[in-house]
Amino acid sequence: MDNSNSETINIHAHRSYWKLGEPMVWLSGAALASILAIAVILVFVIISNGLGVFWPSPVARISLLDGGSTIGELTQRQQKRDTGAWRQQIKTGNRDFNSLDFRWIEDSDIKKITYPANIIALERMEFGNFYGFLREVNTPSGQFSKDLNSQFEKQFHFIAEEMEKLEDMEDDISSLSNDMESLRLKKQKLEYHGVASGSPELAKVQAEHARLQQEFEELLIKQSNEINRLRAYTATFEDISGKTKSIPFLDIVRYYYPNTMSFFQKVGFYIEKLWELLAEEPREANTEGGLFPAIFGTVLMVIIMSFLSFPLGVITAIYMGEYAKDGVVNRMVHIAVHNLAGIPSIVYGVFGLGFFVYGIGGTIDTLFFPERLPTPTFGSGGILWASLTLGLLTVPVVIVATEEALSAVPKSVKEGSLALGATKFQTLIRVILPMASPGIMTGFILAIARAAGEVAPLMITGVVKLAPTLALDSSFPYLHLERKFMHLGFHIYDVGFQSPNVEAAKPMVFVTTFLLVMIVMVMSSLAIVLRNRLKERYTITGF
Amino acid sequence: MDAISLDPNVHVMESKDLDFYYGDSQALFGVSMKIPRNYVTALIGPSGCGKSTYLRCLNRMNDLIDRSRMVGSISFGGEEINDPALDVFRLRQKVGMVFQKYNPFPKSIYENVIYGLRIAGIKSKSILDETVERSLQRAALWDEVKDRLNGTALGLSGGQMQRLCIARAIANNPEVLLMDEPASALDPRSTARIEELITELRGKYTIVIVTHNMQQATRVSDFTGYFYEGVLKEHGTTEQIFTNPKEKHTEDYISGRFG
Repeated sequence: MDNSNSETINIHAHRSYWKLGEPMVWLSGAALASILAIAVILVFVIISNGLGVFWPSPVARISLLDGGSTIGELTQRQQKRDTGAWRQQIKTGNRDFNSLDFRWIEDSDIKKITYPANIIALERMEFGNFYGFLREVNTPSGQFSKDLNSQFEKQFHFIAEEMEKLEDMEDDISSLSNDMESLRLKKQKLEYHGVASGSPELAKVQAEHARLQQEFEELLIKQSNEINRLRAYTATFEDISGKTKSIPFLDIVRYYYPNTMSFFQKVGFYIEKLWELLAEEPREANTEGGLFPAIFGTVLMVIIMSFLSFPLGVITAIYMGEYAKDGVVNRMVHIAVHNLAGIPSIVYGVFGLGFFVYGIGGTIDTLFFPERLPTPTFGSGGILWASLTLGLLTVPVVIVATEEALSAVPKSVKEGSLALGATKFQTLIRVILPMASPGIMTGFILAIARAAGEVAPLMITGVVKLAPTLALDSSFPYLHLERKFMHLGFHIYDVGFQSPNVEAAKPMVFVTTFLLVMIVMVMSSLAIVLRNRLKERYTITGF
Repeated sequence: MDAISLDPNVHVMESKDLDFYYGDSQALFGVSMKIPRNYVTALIGPSGCGKSTYLRCLNRMNDLIDRSRMVGSISFGGEEINDPALDVFRLRQKVGMVFQKYNPFPKSIYENVIYGLRIAGIKSKSILDETVERSLQRAALWDEVKDRLNGTALGLSGGQMQRLCIARAIANNPEVLLMDEPASALDPRSTARIEELITELRGKYTIVIVTHNMQQATRVSDFTGYFYEGVLKEHGTTEQIFTNPKEKHTEDYISGRFG
């Protein structure tokens, strides 16, 4: 009786809640959930702030109780900490009138908010946005004050066409100036090599230079005449306080009537702005305009980085995993490689500056461009050195991933190949590498993501706030690896924290962040798609 | 048995006083064994007795193991195998191997079969096509896969994959086929097909098969070698080993008293 009783107790014994590990399951689930939540919030903040920037918001006219009034975009609301009263932030634009783009107005001061249809908004080459009313259109052939909107539109398009011609002229000027620069360098080189000042060779170069110089100056004069002619086309605007200003059409990037736009007009505006972002150069200390040079710099840098990092990492891993004999040295190297991945990136930057820029770059300059010294050619930061520095930074990631991928290839398959008479090298090329390729691709993805987001080492190896020229252009040798470049990550830092007008720059920071995230995502997605294809092809699926 | 003339006194491989070491531990002790040409020889014995090690000596697969050492002599067609100067890749083409776990490459069926030929640098499409058909037919797989030669080999069933591995070895036109428990990872039906296949290949190739399955040894082999603790205890015709073993030890093993 006793016996059977105790057995029953044993079977139905109440296992402790803790012993079952239930709390651990909850804890690990909660950890995962919180990490996911943080990631989702981050992405949400970036997307919601970044995507909304270009949607044209209406421009309100705010009448104040004291009789005054102001116009601008309503941006954000805030509760004052001391009184608890709400206040409204307004983007008033018109920096040339008010010196400030933004203004706070307390709710208690506001009498009425209206959205007048005749408000016009301008994006300008300088001084930020303008909000106000169109009063007059002036051209050399006369003044218009009737039928203003259509007249304005007509003149705006006329000037836009003229500006395209101006841009062509600009291109001619810059290619001329490039030619002159290369002639100057040629002359410098000849002089450096001791060619006598009266020699025919030198005289020829000098004559050519003088000819170009003259052509250049003529073009400059022509350009400035042209600009002066076009500047005579102006429009007069009035702001809310009644002050008027005449603005040349040349200075107007685009205009819109924010309160009368239809939905489709807004969509069109949005797309236009998005295109500007992707394809145009920045304006106004990078806070307006496009990001094309930064996008270009980021992508080109990642590509050059890949050319160093991927082959070097994969070959190293192959040697370590397949050929090197297991021993103390091999293990030490192994540990060292893993530790390399943990070195702060700024340390790589400093190394890149010392080794690549001053060391290799300086040597190249003394060997190949001695005539230009002390002006550095390769001996100062540039996209090549920055990319190589990042390549060094990402090599450990590639090595570790490749090693793991190689060791995951079943031994039986390697043996199968060897048993058919293949050498180790043939086995590696024909069987092991294809089978390891998905894992190697994973390493590439990690390396790309890391490289695209890295900023610190770039700041001392060649990134700049505003690069005058792209690293790739139509003048020989097309790819100018010694040039400085722009980068989205640095752009975020520069616009967001080094800009004189932080409030105005804020949208740009979000947009840039969004773009950087998108670029990393696009590049990683491509790599992931490729990896999955390889996986499908090369994975042995059990039974 | 067949129309092919078989002479049990013609030997294609012969080992003499073969010792084998994994680092400091010795795995084979003075194994001397003659392998008759075009017959099936089974190697049996309890786990860890050295039969697989011996098999892997025959195509020098043990070279891949760090700190392993082979002492003694193995001749293959009159040539010494245990010679550092030997072209081991050529040897492995002539002495093919089929493993316990089928190990097709993640390539098409076609590419799997001609892997050895590709390695050898053969490019002629007609030779390759012909080899694929002949090898797959010999491996009794042709009818099942002839319509999907360019499909991935990884989509086949386990038994088909193992026959593909046999076809792959046959494609090299080897003289000897080493089989390391070729059916132990397969279901009974597939095992029967493999055994059938071995019987069909008998007379065309010399086959050395390691097996744990005593019935399998009696079904497919002509000669049997019994290994115990690294020593070849007894070697003779299968009939003699299983019906009238000379050694008490052999009898104990085959009657299931241990092992």
